[in-house]
Amino acid sequence: MRRQAPNLIGHGLRLGLLAMSALLGGCSRDVMNPAGDIALQQRNLILFATLVMLLIIVPVMVLIVLFAWRYRRGNPNKTYDPGFDHSTTLELVIWSCPLFIIIALSAVTWTSTHLLDPFRPLTRIAPGKPVPPGTKPLEVEVVGLDWKWLFIYPDLGIATVNELALPTNVPVHFSITSTDQFNAFYAPTLAGMVYAMPNMRSELNAVLNRPVETTGYSSNYTGRGFSDMQFRLRGMAPADFDRWVAGVKGAGGGLATQAYIALAKPSERAPVMHFASVQPGLFDRIVNACVEPGTPCQADVMHRDMQRAGGTAPGSAAKPAAPSQPKPGDPHHRDMTRADPSLAPGAVRAGHA
Amino acid sequence: MTDRALEPGENGAITWHQVEEEHHDHGGGGATILGFWIYLMSDALIFASLFAMFGVVSGSYAGGPTPREVFELPLVALNTGFLLASSITFGQAIPHIEAGRVGPTRFWLAVTGLLGAAFIAVELSEFAGLVAEGAGPQRSAFLSAFFTLVGTHGAHVTCGLIWLVTMLVQIGQRGLTADTKRRLMCLSMFWHFLDIIWIGVFTFVYLYGVIR
Amino acid sequence: MTDTLTKTIFGRLTWDSLPIHEPILVGTFIVVALGGLAVLAAITRYRLWGYLWKEWFTSVDHKRIGIMYLVLGIIMLLRGFSDALMMRGQQAVAFGSDQGFLPSHHYDQIFTAHGTIMIFFVAIPLVVGIVNFVMPLQIGARDVAFPFLNNLSFWLTVAGAVLVMLSLFVGEFARTGWLGYAPLSELAYSPDTGVDYYLWSLQIAGVGTTLSAINMVATIIKMRAPGMTMMKMPVFCWTALCSNALAVAIFPALTAAFFLLILDRYAGTHFFTNQLGGAPMMYWNMVWIWGHPEVYVLVLPAFGIFSEITSTFTGKRLFGYSSMVYATVVITILSYLVWLHHFFTMGAGPSVNSFFGIATMVISIPTGAKIFNWLFTMYRGDIRFELPMMWVVAFMLTFVIGGMTGVLLAIPPADFVLHNSLFLVAHFHNVIIGGVVFGLFAGMVYWFPKAFGFKLDPFWGHVAFWGWTVGFWIAWAPIYIVGLMGTTRRVHHFDDLSLQPYFIVAAIGAVVILIGILGFVMSIIMGFVKRDQLRDTTGDPWEGRTLEWSTTSPPPAYNFALTPVIHNLDAWYDMKTHGYQRPAEGFRPIHMPRNTGAGVILSGLAFTLGFGMIWYMWWLAALSFVGLFVVAIGHTFNFNRDYFIPADEVTRTESQRPQPLEARA
Repeated sequence: MRRQAPNLIGHGLRLGLLAMSALLGGCSRDVMNPAGDIALQQRNLILFATLVMLLIIVPVMVLIVLFAWRYRRGNPNKTYDPGFDHSTTLELVIWSCPLFIIIALSAVTWTSTHLLDPFRPLTRIAPGKPVPPGTKPLEVEVVGLDWKWLFIYPDLGIATVNELALPTNVPVHFSITSTDQFNAFYAPTLAGMVYAMPNMRSELNAVLNRPVETTGYSSNYTGRGFSDMQFRLRGMAPADFDRWVAGVKGAGGGLATQAYIALAKPSERAPVMHFASVQPGLFDRIVNACVEPGTPCQADVMHRDMQRAGGTAPGSAAKPAAPSQPKPGDPHHRDMTRADPSLAPGAVRAGHA
Repeated sequence: MTDRALEPGENGAITWHQVEEEHHDHGGGGATILGFWIYLMSDALIFASLFAMFGVVSGSYAGGPTPREVFELPLVALNTGFLLASSITFGQAIPHIEAGRVGPTRFWLAVTGLLGAAFIAVELSEFAGLVAEGAGPQRSAFLSAFFTLVGTHGAHVTCGLIWLVTMLVQIGQRGLTADTKRRLMCLSMFWHFLDIIWIGVFTFVYLYGVIR
Repeated sequence: MTDTLTKTIFGRLTWDSLPIHEPILVGTFIVVALGGLAVLAAITRYRLWGYLWKEWFTSVDHKRIGIMYLVLGIIMLLRGFSDALMMRGQQAVAFGSDQGFLPSHHYDQIFTAHGTIMIFFVAIPLVVGIVNFVMPLQIGARDVAFPFLNNLSFWLTVAGAVLVMLSLFVGEFARTGWLGYAPLSELAYSPDTGVDYYLWSLQIAGVGTTLSAINMVATIIKMRAPGMTMMKMPVFCWTALCSNALAVAIFPALTAAFFLLILDRYAGTHFFTNQLGGAPMMYWNMVWIWGHPEVYVLVLPAFGIFSEITSTFTGKRLFGYSSMVYATVVITILSYLVWLHHFFTMGAGPSVNSFFGIATMVISIPTGAKIFNWLFTMYRGDIRFELPMMWVVAFMLTFVIGGMTGVLLAIPPADFVLHNSLFLVAHFHNVIIGGVVFGLFAGMVYWFPKAFGFKLDPFWGHVAFWGWTVGFWIAWAPIYIVGLMGTTRRVHHFDDLSLQPYFIVAAIGAVVILIGILGFVMSIIMGFVKRDQLRDTTGDPWEGRTLEWSTTSPPPAYNFALTPVIHNLDAWYDMKTHGYQRPAEGFRPIHMPRNTGAGVILSGLAFTLGFGMIWYMWWLAALSFVGLFVVAIGHTFNFNRDYFIPADEVTRTESQRPQPLEARA
């Protein structure tokens, strides 16, 4: 009998989660019924937190209605006690109940925020399926243009506009930036959103668990073409994905400096585009704002600035000119005080075409 | 006066009203000084925001001039001397203000004003020189923040000078009344406040800029 | 030659700046112009200009200024809500191939204007207005610490409001969202007058709000009646103190942020640009350091209003007074520490995100304590469900849901999914409407009889109440749901037709709220029409417990003939239960501040300064700037600022009060 009690709670919670997600997932939308593992964990977190809070919210609302009804002037069967304005016990309860709930939620917040940090490499592909050791994530570079999304697959040598195809059950590592505006890269079914910011590089680690044909958005307002700044997200089995890549390569067209500069001009409702080849290092030059021939790369400018200003104390972490591959989750990416693109791998110096 | 609970009157009768002569300040003395002090704190927060902005972009030279290339410390030292001296001279006026001596008050205020004007003149020439050599506020974020932080301080000092001249006129016309004395106390607080901000400026902007 | 002359005089203002080709705007202009002309004609016909100028516009009386703030807030509510109706209308129809009836260019200005107006020109004026009117009366003072500054603050707010309204007909408004984020708000991406209107109107109004906040803090600290220690002060005054102290602490950050953006746009600096070292993220930090505490500046006085009303209408002292005070102070301090939760998705890292997330959640503890305290004030009370108390219950039930969704959003990974979604929009409308707006309506109904001498019409008051409470849920429940489906905010049209039913329901809800708003306006009009039946003859129509109810309705200009001496919390209740007798003689001359037009003139100059800067009419801006200095300095040479009300006039006024007032316990 005693051993059943903890199971009951666990079952109850899971039942609650299922019920809620069924109710809401019946709306067949990406947040409540996501195809990506990260999005799934986030959804479960939302449902769990809501249930925990309802534990206190529902009784409070019941009490409000109860007291309002019971103590109305028209009710003769009540006790009217005008002197009842203080009770230490009650105060203790009043402050402790929310306190305990918040302590519980804080613990959940701390752990989940660290585990679901977009910069953190994945440890699992799906519930109960850890990432096999030695798995290399698929690298995708994302650029928020006005008003379209550019996706570069550096290892595959292709690029697309407004179409993101991903193989299922393969961890993906996104490097994200933007040309002019603060965009937000958001595919609800895949994972949470991350801001795409000029001269800066954000990261997102995610995985799709089943084939989907869905939409991704920009979720920060950037002007005229914002509402149409959507991309197709296509999840497909790895074999289908390889076929898709071959299709893109076969279609021709290349994304080199001039083509990119033309692409980056503001345009709305851009159609899906495919590029069979991409200039290597293009993304780093975009992050460093030195795609245009003759413009100095931000990394170089900042490096020189630091040297000219006398530099920091000897032996301190001066940024190297040719850095090695930065680790995913490297805290330098999240330095909010300075744009710091000098850690971009293989950054081309003094950008030439 | 408002922080003590009052005892019931004689015979256990409760006093419901204040019947004696009311010494209320017409917003002067207590409330004005407190109000002005709160305003100064809000002004301090504006400066804090400008300092924070400067801190964030203090290394963003964008390939342009660095602190060592634009800051002339001897000039800054002279300027600092002017401003700190002006605080001292304002302090010299205070006993005269409280004693109601109009002549000495105006003298020390005038000296303060001249020192403040010298400060502004030096600062303006510094700015003009920088702009002439291409190190204006549009060159880089660092220079934008520098000009804004130092310039905002300078604008405050200028307003203080205008206020000071106005006070000289009002003291000349009406002498040291309760109103003019109160206004001078506020001006004094303002002036010393700007001095403290300047200490922050020359430490974190000028000195730190050249030794980092 | 004439071309350069035109450009010098008119800056970038041309005939093209007038929206002659946009039918909706032309129609709006005609309606507004006709309505405005009708009002002006009526004032002229009834020869009210002198009266308005002498008794209201130049008044330094906190009661008059408070009422003027409320009038401003209600007028701007009508404007801001029209924007809301248009947004709901657009989003209800713009599906699939239908692009809606508002071009994106127009829609983007509407949602920016909606947020800007609702926060800066509705919520702030209404809150400041109520604090202005009520707080000095509650602390037994005759006015605020700086009456002229009070008048100036009001007119500076009006100057800002006029600039925003003008942007509807002359030029454009910003298309950036209500906070004007960089880099979108930089000159490169927003070159027209829009962001400039935004910046100058808010900068001018912001000065007014800052000065007002300093005023209120100094008043509460320095001018409480003798015997009123801090812990014998009504809870509303505590919330007013904390709210205004918080306002003083945060508006400088907004002023600085806007100042730097103005420099970027006018002087070519690089604070928030993408080039030459600019740091747009800093703008986000600075505005949110202002923005988050700002919502507490708004909601704390609303909490105070609820405390006063709950205590009055349950016939009991507020439960846990000290607890309420500490909770208010804790909320004030904590609200300063959570701003990053508005941009968890910017990638600050898990430790930073967790800190701000947890800090945000912690605020719900003192807030929850307050809800419980109101609950236990009701417990064993004798509750009269007049309209103010109905608003309290509606608030409690509505606000807790909003608080819950707030705690949910405070969990960073949850926010990664819900940031900038309609779920977020539903959350903040839930807490602002359920908390601030309901509180303001409760307060207006509660204190209206004190201000005008008659109650609001109860029937239309009920229409307002049900319109708002029912309408709110019809409008926002669907928005919560679509938000949970991943729908982003500020979107002009949708492709997923399965969402349309939700938006149609939301639009219906907005119309129900409109009924509520119109009901409120009607309750004022019908209250006036039936004022003789609704008259408040005693000054204490609700069996109040605080000092404002010891005065007549409306109170005399001097508030209290003799400054009261305080012995207890709930001072008026204390007086009533101890057989207080109002004296009929022994009055002394009362020292009063004189009216002045300097506030109106200074604000007019601030307006022309803003207009000149927006339209690059440098001569106008320069003249206005100099004018401001000249008038301000000139005003300091005016030493004729006060006068005395003679003792016999006081005696006469007091003798006209009905006698049985204090016999009611």
